[in-house]
Amino acid sequence: MSNSEQKTPLVDLRNISISFGGIKAVDDVSLDLYPGEVVGLLGHNGAGKSTLIKILSGAYEADSGEIWINGEKAEINSPRDARDYNIETIYQTLALADNLDAASNLFLGRELVGRFGMVDDARMEAETRKIMARLNPNFKKLKEPVSALSGGQRQSVAIARAVYFNARILIMDEPTAALGVHETAMVADLIKELKAQGLGIFLISHDTREMMELCDRVSVMKNGQMIGTERVEDVTEDDILSMIILGKNPKREAA
Amino acid sequence: MTQTPSSSGQSPKRRESAVSRLLQATELDTRLLGMVAALAMIWIGFHFFGLFKTGFGAFLTPRNLWNLSVQTSSIGIMATGMVLVIVTRNIDLSVGSILGFCAIAMGMMQVHILPQYLGLGHPAIWIITVIFGMAVGAVIGALHGWLIAYLAIPAFIVTLGGLLVWRGAAFLVARGETISPVDATFALLGGGPYGAVGAMGSWIVGLIGCAAVIYMIVAGRRKRKTFGFPQRPVWAEYFLSALGCGVIVGAVLLVNSYYWPRGIVRSYAAENNIEIPEGGLFISHGFAIPVLILLGVGIGMTILMNRTRFGRYVFAIGGNPEAAKLAGINTRWMTVKIFALMGLLTGLSSVVASARLGSATNALGTLDELYVIAAAVIGGTSLAGGVGTIYGAILGAFVMQSLQTGMVLVGFDAAMQQIVVGSVLVLAVYLDNQYRRASK
Repeated sequence: MSNSEQKTPLVDLRNISISFGGIKAVDDVSLDLYPGEVVGLLGHNGAGKSTLIKILSGAYEADSGEIWINGEKAEINSPRDARDYNIETIYQTLALADNLDAASNLFLGRELVGRFGMVDDARMEAETRKIMARLNPNFKKLKEPVSALSGGQRQSVAIARAVYFNARILIMDEPTAALGVHETAMVADLIKELKAQGLGIFLISHDTREMMELCDRVSVMKNGQMIGTERVEDVTEDDILSMIILGKNPKREAA
Repeated sequence: MTQTPSSSGQSPKRRESAVSRLLQATELDTRLLGMVAALAMIWIGFHFFGLFKTGFGAFLTPRNLWNLSVQTSSIGIMATGMVLVIVTRNIDLSVGSILGFCAIAMGMMQVHILPQYLGLGHPAIWIITVIFGMAVGAVIGALHGWLIAYLAIPAFIVTLGGLLVWRGAAFLVARGETISPVDATFALLGGGPYGAVGAMGSWIVGLIGCAAVIYMIVAGRRKRKTFGFPQRPVWAEYFLSALGCGVIVGAVLLVNSYYWPRGIVRSYAAENNIEIPEGGLFISHGFAIPVLILLGVGIGMTILMNRTRFGRYVFAIGGNPEAAKLAGINTRWMTVKIFALMGLLTGLSSVVASARLGSATNALGTLDELYVIAAAVIGGTSLAGGVGTIYGAILGAFVMQSLQTGMVLVGFDAAMQQIVVGSVLVLAVYLDNQYRRASK
């Protein structure tokens, strides 16, 4: 981490804890993210990855701990606060309103309004056409409710929503889980492109190989605790797997 | 729009008939056409049933249709609010009781309280009373919304409690008495010969309506051009303009061909020193004021639902409450606002109902909640949430009222009416399910 230590981290999560009904879902976890970096979060289902990420995106409020954005302490109490810090999230569930069309979903909570505060559907649709032409040129069903779209198309709506608003911090919770080979490759390309633009990206996935390819660092969680964070070039896939399964950091223990 | 399946989903394999080409070009909602057809069938059915049974078809007469429009107003106004409640996956069983409570509150206000300070018949009485009634409704609605959103009590329970509480409260406030007579100006809001805008007024309303239709079509076309979206063919635009204006002009002609009853004309003529010419004096009713109120509410609520952020959030919450929350929408506060709006409209509906009756009784609006919910559901509002339209709910109210009125005209007794209305509700929801499945 020598080269990144001089810079201020884009995101610095410090000693974050949260419990649900007495169970510590996230237990004293610290994690940072630098501009132009992709940090992967790994762990079993229920390890606390999504919960940790939802604290950053404002869906949950941490019981204790601090969030620092760009070297300043941040108060994130709602999804709206997170958006104000240019944090965008692609949720595992996609968080789309199935009965609305792509444009309404893309701009949900941030509708473009014209005179008299009326929502400007035509302008939103035109903007959606533009961003979709870039992300998924095959996307044509702009007028249909998103329930009529395929898994991949729905995913691209969720991704478009995160990308459109000039995010500086992007959280992607299993962005390729519902996708085919071709679409997965498109998402990988997009991640590389956004990384090159200087965004910081948290990526959650179960696919260790994909993580090794896309991430700069990987963090492993188990039972709400942080097992360790390693640069991908310093570890093997087997090291990561044993961290996930055994909750031990073989590299550290060897040292 | 986003909330209804569009007509463009027709399979291209089928040979396109003239009708489907027309539908595609005009982008008319097939579901809307289905409801209009159902309404027409009910009207024609009752008319001819009466014709064969008694030799006189009473349904398709200006007089009956005018009365039908007035009777629909109260339920229709509430049904527009119920759409928002049901779209967000809630229910409101208390509107009938709130209507009764508001009526009593307004009765007390205009009969017992205001005349003391302003004097009987003061011109401000009806204004203060209407505002007061709507405010009472809104506060009760907001209270229900707060209990549902912040104390997490299911809407079904909160409003079921409300159904009993407000009916009881209405009784207590007036000690069971009927309060009458209401203020003379207030009474006009309920319709009747004097509570209508007359021939000239109706033509003005009609012309404004036609101008609005043409403006919307022209503005829509310009907007599509700006963003390079596909245009409707020009003939379809002309067709839509003609259809819209035709419906409006037809409605004006209809309400203008219903004349004041002879007795009222005679007393009106005597009061104003008008000599009744030979062959009689014909004064048109024109649109009844409650119908214009319903029209205004319908337009206002449609704009709210389709053109504002508030409406967009209502649909989003109905489609996926979790997603709405994650998009930064304060879903709890939205629930409070939606129920407050429902209450406000119930207050307005109470104005119409008690003005029409000329008095306030604590039984006013009994069972209205069921008719209102039925109107919204027949109008295509899905109880699963996320789907519903304002015009559908108003049409649904017309369907309910047409059935009711028609059965009275052909002489069905009350028991039979209940059986038919209940069966139609169930059938309508079944057909709606089939329609949705087919259009998927």
